[in-house]
Amino acid sequence: MALIVATILLPLVPLVIQSFTRGYVFPQLVPAEWSTRAWSIVLATDGGTWKALGWSVAVAATVTALALLVAVPAGRVLGLRTFRGRRVLEFLVLTPLLVPAVAVGIGLDITFIRLGLSGTFWGVVLVHLIPAAPYAVLILAGVFANYNEDLEVQARTLGAGPLNVLRHVTMPAIMPGLIVAGFFAFIVSWSQYVLTLQIGGGKVLTLPVLLVSTASGGDVAITGALTIVYALPVLALLVVTSHHVVRAGLGVTGT
Amino acid sequence: MSSSGNRGLRAEPERSAPLLIRDYTWLKLMPALVVIVPLFAAAFVLAVIQSLGYFPLIGLRSFNVDAYRSLFGNDEFWLSLLLSTRIAFMAALLSTVLGIAMALGIRGIWHASRRSAFLFQFSLPIPHVIGALAMVHLLGQSGLIARLGHSIGVIDAPSEFPALVYDPFALGIVAEFVWKDAPFVAIVALGVLGTVAENYESVAASLGASSWQRLRHVTLPLLVPAVAPISVIVFAFAFGSFEVPLLLGESFPSALPVLAYRLHTNVDLALRPEAMALAVVMSLVVMAAAVTYLTLVRRVLRGEQT
Repeated sequence: MALIVATILLPLVPLVIQSFTRGYVFPQLVPAEWSTRAWSIVLATDGGTWKALGWSVAVAATVTALALLVAVPAGRVLGLRTFRGRRVLEFLVLTPLLVPAVAVGIGLDITFIRLGLSGTFWGVVLVHLIPAAPYAVLILAGVFANYNEDLEVQARTLGAGPLNVLRHVTMPAIMPGLIVAGFFAFIVSWSQYVLTLQIGGGKVLTLPVLLVSTASGGDVAITGALTIVYALPVLALLVVTSHHVVRAGLGVTGT
Repeated sequence: MSSSGNRGLRAEPERSAPLLIRDYTWLKLMPALVVIVPLFAAAFVLAVIQSLGYFPLIGLRSFNVDAYRSLFGNDEFWLSLLLSTRIAFMAALLSTVLGIAMALGIRGIWHASRRSAFLFQFSLPIPHVIGALAMVHLLGQSGLIARLGHSIGVIDAPSEFPALVYDPFALGIVAEFVWKDAPFVAIVALGVLGTVAENYESVAASLGASSWQRLRHVTLPLLVPAVAPISVIVFAFAFGSFEVPLLLGESFPSALPVLAYRLHTNVDLALRPEAMALAVVMSLVVMAAAVTYLTLVRRVLRGEQT
């Protein structure tokens, strides 16, 4: 276990070390000069980092909310019902997970320009939904496969209205699944690089877009610091949701 | 029509809606379908149309297969296709095998410690852009491992360290996917091991099955249905990933998605239909691979039962 965890953590060690250095070149193992220069540049209030962080958070949060909104009803139907055309439907919902993002971006490029969505916040949110929503549907279908609808019937029999059933029966029952689905939708959007590049057209500068252009600049200290800024929010989310993810077994067993 | 095909041992649960719950099956699917299908279908259909040479924006209005002809006549396309297929195959194979091995290795202590569970999932939410940059600075010729090699006197100069990134075998790219996806496979496998497998294994043990027999005939057949879709997702993702080969790959041949992006952003607009054709071909290859693999898995599992 310790060995596995070490292997998982090891690749990030150089990035963390180099963020606190100046002139960290081969063959230095222990940095010759420690420095917080990169951090003061990356965290400078007038630098691009905060703006990029703002873009990333706004896009990912919006994508998460929309993905859950469409995935709860769809997940419920796919988890609880069999009906004509179900297989075709599952296929339709899942194919966006298989098809390369670049291909989607190439196909939508001209249409998005024509619709005025290219280079806009909503354009980027929409294309992020293509990979994010299927994940949420998949996970919630798994959750609803183990959901007992009779509880809702009992609540209705006892006089609860539809809204009260939703609030006091359905929501509490699916909350862990909702958290996991939301977590996945968020990280799918948060990690998205090429679709943002293609549809955002250099105007929606999320953290990965900033990071890749920074990395090609070749300053390893600044690159290191920026990767940490980019990784921390999702790691914090993992802390909050970690045990739900384990318990749900990612929900994939359901379909 | 209920799908009463071979769906394993589980009995089909009651599927009609209980009384008092109004059932708008199709209505409930609508929001998801409206978001996913038109966008996605539009992308695909538009790519197909434009790949066939209908491109009013640059004055092309006739239908032909020129783009496909020139794509298939291009050596770089075939090299890229081979490279991407190899990357995806290696990534899926190694992630699946290592993931299952990891899960079997730690299943005993998995649920005991919440902190180790967290550390285990550490690479799960890390974006691939970070994973790729991490591999550059870990495996690169002036990376951490090369520096360690220098400090113990194995190498003198970066060039003596074997090329693990920007290399013809795409080892760095495969390493990045395995680093991120093997734990992902393991978590799914652990979910099955914790709930279902334990009961069957103890039954098999009480009937006198050896530990190898239990693994071969009980545990693995239970793991495969849960893990197979994940390895398909790993394959598809590795095949279609743009940023990982962009940051870790050679410039020639480049992985298919990088080639597609280059064609699409080329200043020469005449190359656009070719980019579209490549987008279409890539999508079809992935879908064909996924269907083939899942069909094979289903057939093997069916053979296992008889």
